[in-house]
Amino acid sequence: MSYSTTVRGQRFSFADLREVFAKANEDKSGDRLAGIAASSEQERVAAKLVLADIPLSNIVANPLIDPAQDEVSRLILETHDQAAFRPLAHLTVGELREYVLDEDQASDRLGALHWAIVPEVAAAVTKLMSNKDLVTAASKIRNITRCRNTMGQPGVLGIRVQPNHPADDLGGILLSAVDGLLFGCGDAVIGVNPATDSVETVSRILHGLQRLIEVYDIPTQSCCLAHISTQLDSLERGAPVDLLFQSIAGTEAANTSFGINLNILREGRERVLEHHQSREVAWVGDAVMYFETGQGSALSANAHHGVDQLTLEARTYGVARAFAPFLVNTVVGFIGPEYLYDERQIVRAGLEDHFMGKLLGLPMGCDVCYTNHAQADQNSADNLLLLLTAAGCNYFMGVPCTDDVMLSYQSTSFHDALGARQLFGLQPAPEFLAWLEQMDIVRNGGLVTSDSSARQRLEEGVRLIA
Amino acid sequence: MMKTPATSDNRDPLAAIRTRTPARIFTGRSGSAYRTQTQLSLRSDHASARDAVQTDIDWEGDLGPDFLRAWDVFAVSSQARSKAGYLMRPDLGRRLSEQAQAEVASRCAVGADLQVVIGDGLSVAAVIRQVPHLLPLLHAGAEKRGWRFGRPFAVRYCRVGVLNDIGELLAPAVLVLLIGERPGLLTAESLSAYMAYQPRSGHTDAERNLISNIHAHGVAVGEAADRILCLAERMRRAQLSGVAVKEEFGVLAQNATSLLSDK
Repeated sequence: MSYSTTVRGQRFSFADLREVFAKANEDKSGDRLAGIAASSEQERVAAKLVLADIPLSNIVANPLIDPAQDEVSRLILETHDQAAFRPLAHLTVGELREYVLDEDQASDRLGALHWAIVPEVAAAVTKLMSNKDLVTAASKIRNITRCRNTMGQPGVLGIRVQPNHPADDLGGILLSAVDGLLFGCGDAVIGVNPATDSVETVSRILHGLQRLIEVYDIPTQSCCLAHISTQLDSLERGAPVDLLFQSIAGTEAANTSFGINLNILREGRERVLEHHQSREVAWVGDAVMYFETGQGSALSANAHHGVDQLTLEARTYGVARAFAPFLVNTVVGFIGPEYLYDERQIVRAGLEDHFMGKLLGLPMGCDVCYTNHAQADQNSADNLLLLLTAAGCNYFMGVPCTDDVMLSYQSTSFHDALGARQLFGLQPAPEFLAWLEQMDIVRNGGLVTSDSSARQRLEEGVRLIA
Repeated sequence: MMKTPATSDNRDPLAAIRTRTPARIFTGRSGSAYRTQTQLSLRSDHASARDAVQTDIDWEGDLGPDFLRAWDVFAVSSQARSKAGYLMRPDLGRRLSEQAQAEVASRCAVGADLQVVIGDGLSVAAVIRQVPHLLPLLHAGAEKRGWRFGRPFAVRYCRVGVLNDIGELLAPAVLVLLIGERPGLLTAESLSAYMAYQPRSGHTDAERNLISNIHAHGVAVGEAADRILCLAERMRRAQLSGVAVKEEFGVLAQNATSLLSDK
């Protein structure tokens, strides 16, 4: 197949699928850094025109990264549902765009496609969609997961409480968590990024979070977002692990730079499943993994194989879904301006990631965030937060007043969560909502004022545990 | 149903916890929004952080000629030529310029047991605030252990990946890069220590260890020095670094145990 077209009398030719994919992207500083971006707006649109006419079967048959060299490529081939793909195989990328946007394609119909669509196909169709397309198409897909509660149902917007502390002070962590709980946040997970990745620190945090959950009987999950090996070592020494966390990427080499591979993820998941069975907890499901991702990570590790960052992110979701995760979120503004330059690129990438994740069957959340060396500010984050709430995003982060005092970046806050839920008429996870009402944190669907007795009771718990 | 724990008789530990966390908690609200004072203090701190990122380091002026002379520190540059170029081209910040390579090769001894390098990174303020206190402690710790302490030098427009280039040139056992972290709203004075055992080209984050958040609200300078030196000892013993080498803390382990028996 030749990859060429003419735009207003000018001929554009692309050497291979990889080049078409890269040049069809919206402008990203990371693709420029990799030297694979379109060199003009006309070339960009020419690539989009060529891509629109490529049959999906062609993309499946021509992996962008050689399976002989990359275990992620092999995983993608092994997990592809070819029987479900057959009815779609003749469609072009342009036709697939119309298919997913068609109002007759409701949630259950698109849900049946998850394993028929390989990550590269999800990436291809995303390149042809506008921001509004990405919002409307994603809003039709609900991916529901269960662990100690149920995330992702229609009408639900979850929030991870992220109570980080620069010295891993347990009291400080728990007090920040209480602030979040009083805002109705924490149903997705109470998840701490430790400043120090050691077994002692991680164990102390896991025990502390678990005591908070047990003392108040909170229907939620805890997690300490250390390296997977540190969490598993902590588990072996007696720490309770609800969700096993790991940052992942879309190539074998990038995962190697994170100190992981597919087998480590597989064995870790099995270990935690076994551990869950040994604990007396009223599990409502067996989703035990929590993954974080983000465009640009493979290039940052010099492990991108000349493939664009959007497509590599889709491949990351190909990794994630093989492990039936409870939570997945892109950390879309964290990586810095070398990969996503400004608000425009961050917003675009956030919408792309969320849609691709949903199309591939993931319980997609988003850390709507920015660093202080990017051309963005809290107004940018406000914009993406509202767009992704409209798109039906499973969950966001809740950081006290957006200021993560350990990771030194700004995410979304407990206030932001409250605002997004109120504006769109959304509620926390059902089990968690019942608990909030029991605690008299929520009354008649609204938040009780902050000087409630719940605050005193929860603070008493912090006093005891810390 | 919820079980409320019995009241402990400690004198208000909650107030102590609140003073220990710099997080902006219990700030109140106006509807779903911040109080105006919160809103404006966030804007103000963001403005400071943005300005801090753009500041260029002046080694002599910022660290002082006395400090540089006392520690025999000289300064070189990565391949990035400007702050803007540095921010957009991580590949350039990971490589020493040709001139820097020649200078480092001629002025530093090969094969130190502990080689310390200072990088501006994303915060000059962090380097100014922490390095003058940290470097002497690392030197003293190395001396106490009988380690050869490499001549320290500073790299402008520096990224973490520069560890590999320096490892190739100087072949130290353990290389420590003290580098300014991206400024946050809380502080621009946070320093990181990235460490690697015998770094070489092709090494990645999987072969590196990190002690982050070295600042007033995080890890104190003295504690950071102890942890760097302990980790260096562990690396030398294991003859590797990265995810396979983890820090261990005797005191904290006891805390974790007491928390368990408390249940």
